[in-house]
Amino acid sequence: MKYKINFNLNNEEIEHYIDPNRTLLNMIREDFDLTGAKEGCGAGECGACTVLLDGKPVNACLVLAIEVEGKDILTVEGLSPGNKLDELQISFIENAALQCGYCTPGMVMTAKALLKENNNPTEEEVKEALSGNLCRCTGYKKIIKAVMDIVEKGKH
Amino acid sequence: MEFVGKSVNRVDGIKKVTGSLKYVDDIKMHGMLYAAVKRSIYPHAKIINIDITKAKKLKGVVDIVIGKDFPKRVGLYLEDKTFLAVDKVRYRGEGVAAVVAKTEELAHKAVDLIEVEYEELPAVTSGVEGLKEDAPLVHPDLDKYKWAPIFFPKEGTNISNHYKLRKGNIDKGFENADIVIENDFYIPHVQHVPIENHSAIAKMDAEGFLTVWASCQSPFAVRQALSVAFDIPLNKLRVISPAVGGGFGGKAGTTLEGIVIPLAMRTNGKPVKLTYSREDEFVNSFVRQGLHARIKTGAKKDGKIVAVKNEFIWDGGAYTEYGVNIAKAAGYASTGPYDIENVHSDSICVYTNHPVGGPFRGFGMCEIHFAIEQNMDIVADKLNIDKVKIRKINGLKPGGVTATGEQLDVCGLQECLDEVVKDIEYYKKEESNEPNKVRAKGIAFGFKAPSMPNNVASSAIIKINEDGTLHLLTSAQDIGQGSDTVLTQIASEILSIPPEKITIKTGDTDHTPYEWQTVASRITYCAGNAIKLACEDAKNQLLELAQIKLGIYKRDLELKDGNIVSKIYPDKKVSISELSLGLSMPDGSGIHGPIIGRGSFIPPNIRDADKLTGLGDKPVAFWTFGCQGVEIEVDIETGKIKVLNVASCFDVGKVINPKLIEGQVEGAIVQGLGTALFEELILKDGKVLNPNFVDYKIPTFDDMPKMIIKFVENAEETGPFGARGIGEPSMVPAAPAIANAVYNALGIRINSLPITSEKILKALKK
Repeated sequence: MKYKINFNLNNEEIEHYIDPNRTLLNMIREDFDLTGAKEGCGAGECGACTVLLDGKPVNACLVLAIEVEGKDILTVEGLSPGNKLDELQISFIENAALQCGYCTPGMVMTAKALLKENNNPTEEEVKEALSGNLCRCTGYKKIIKAVMDIVEKGKH
Repeated sequence: MEFVGKSVNRVDGIKKVTGSLKYVDDIKMHGMLYAAVKRSIYPHAKIINIDITKAKKLKGVVDIVIGKDFPKRVGLYLEDKTFLAVDKVRYRGEGVAAVVAKTEELAHKAVDLIEVEYEELPAVTSGVEGLKEDAPLVHPDLDKYKWAPIFFPKEGTNISNHYKLRKGNIDKGFENADIVIENDFYIPHVQHVPIENHSAIAKMDAEGFLTVWASCQSPFAVRQALSVAFDIPLNKLRVISPAVGGGFGGKAGTTLEGIVIPLAMRTNGKPVKLTYSREDEFVNSFVRQGLHARIKTGAKKDGKIVAVKNEFIWDGGAYTEYGVNIAKAAGYASTGPYDIENVHSDSICVYTNHPVGGPFRGFGMCEIHFAIEQNMDIVADKLNIDKVKIRKINGLKPGGVTATGEQLDVCGLQECLDEVVKDIEYYKKEESNEPNKVRAKGIAFGFKAPSMPNNVASSAIIKINEDGTLHLLTSAQDIGQGSDTVLTQIASEILSIPPEKITIKTGDTDHTPYEWQTVASRITYCAGNAIKLACEDAKNQLLELAQIKLGIYKRDLELKDGNIVSKIYPDKKVSISELSLGLSMPDGSGIHGPIIGRGSFIPPNIRDADKLTGLGDKPVAFWTFGCQGVEIEVDIETGKIKVLNVASCFDVGKVINPKLIEGQVEGAIVQGLGTALFEELILKDGKVLNPNFVDYKIPTFDDMPKMIIKFVENAEETGPFGARGIGEPSMVPAAPAIANAVYNALGIRINSLPITSEKILKALKK
């Protein structure tokens, strides 16, 4: 049996019917074609499916869709509406902080959540915030640089 | 140069940071059906019967195929595999049947209803065991298989390739040595762990045209294997690789593509998708082969190594269609980057009942260097010679000779060593502030050549649009390494058109031209050369037309900012856009037509090694040499190792894009760190015990060391702008450098990977 849920998805009010066993990740990917969030492990270990739920980063593969009733969901697609890139996305490109790109949306969303919470994190705090997001290509250095560049710019 | 050598932003950056790039699993199609695979629960067993009646009755199940339906064997170098097991299963997890159903859930339910009757057979669970005379045979019909003549399988055994290298006089070499030492090393299986699991979709239309969307590194190699397996002519088989979320070799061959195709042949035109779970990825894609290495070294008191005898026994897994070449590549490189007169090497690929070994970044080199580079430190200690000095004495130099007898014109290895010694401050002793922590440094060399057939082909097409922008067509795949950007830069440089005016199109066998494979650190070199040639072809056509238009001989013309300009009279010019469709003549007629540049490339003059001795004066395209130094800190109470600093330097010939190459090397260092300290596919009786991220850790942000990345640029004569490959070589010295630092810290030698806290503590207690 499907349940009716209401939520805000990338600044749009949504009314949706969903089976109770489906995950948030499955719902946004399959029902809304928001495929920026990826399933890397399905077990909350890799962070590739990270989206923001009421501003907090969550592994969408571990959240049941029915749990988002009344909540705000921000996916990577909502971060750059109308082709205008977020400063963090620009910083990722300029710092070559991405390679295959599969972890990138999750990485960007986790970093975004951190910067919303704390606009002046130290490098250690950035590492800690992002430590649940796995990347197999970059060796992480340039991702930290991409985030720290935003922090530095914010100081001026 | 205007574009080559510049830190151009990734051309695929925007679609990746916005999440708008569609990887295979992101693709949805009307009427999409889903596949699931019934897998073996035994590492080695005869298939007695497969009963699909119950599964077939389940509502929503469209069809089921079993191995017997498509029994044709395929393989890249050795045709030893079928996509589903036919007569017997050879590893735990091997597919025996595949279901296509309306939903993924139903497909999995149906899989559970398939009943398979097995007769269990004794299993081979290590390469060494597989060589024993009484070992069960994994492929009893090996003699009936087909293989490329450069490989040497041995019928009636589990040996799928035995590469032998015999150089100089090994006995005499040892006789002349002042010391002879022998060491054993073991490197376990690891997995590539791309963040994107394998995924494929297949669709067949009414005319029998089959399209496959696959997260694959090599669409043409996939097309070839599928064509053979399913008897589909190449003109009716299209392979598209829309994006690859990390490959590292794991997506180089064919895996699940051969499972979705037979299903798609039975769905009346509906597309069939199969996406691996993380567990599948660990067990049922490729893994890095295990290795037992034994190295015997003879050296003089002055540090000169005079003889090396080594044996590499590869645990190749159930199918070694690809792995046979790893054994060969390791044989070519068997001494490491050292100039040694007398060499006796055996590199043996052995069938076992383990997951399928395949290409993994480094292709044998990471594995053998773990042994070779630790062994070099052991020799140095035994002779009481400095570890940098022993590498100075024996390391390859210009004019030096490799293990196969190839003389090198260019070799920047010693320059890389000097740079790393300086950057890691090798001789500066650091102390930890904490009493339970010890710091030390270690270094290791690494080298690698592209491990590929001699005559692998690449091609490229450049199309000039009416407005002077370009389309660049190639089947080199950007799997994260940045090839889309680097190849665009090469085109930019030749045609003097900025990257933003070039659109690169890749990975569609119907529409982009032939490329053998995106593997072997060969793309900048091979595809880069093809693109360079295509651009030069287009450039020449433009110059031919411009000389008519301008009345200036083409020798005196050059391309500049979208124009063909006189070198002598810069105001005399014609725009590329004006010539894009040919030249309009004063009388209104036209000549030539659209400018399309074509480039084809095969690396020049690579020849087979001698079948008996393994010697060859030009067996590879080029060697990429380098060195890595590390500083570690070991907690002697917990055994935990922290890599603090890394310095890396490689001779890449020419840096095309500084920030991208730096990123590639940083990634290699950290991936190498993972294999050094914690990555291991734990196998017990053929079963993978840790196929998930909880039990198989890969490096996280916490593990990242400080990194200094440098390059030396001694041009590769045949490379585009002098460039050679770097993607794999940069990972090669990572693990042995750490192992050597561990010894320098504690005086203990850990001869097997990974170097875990448990191993450290156990060794400290001794």
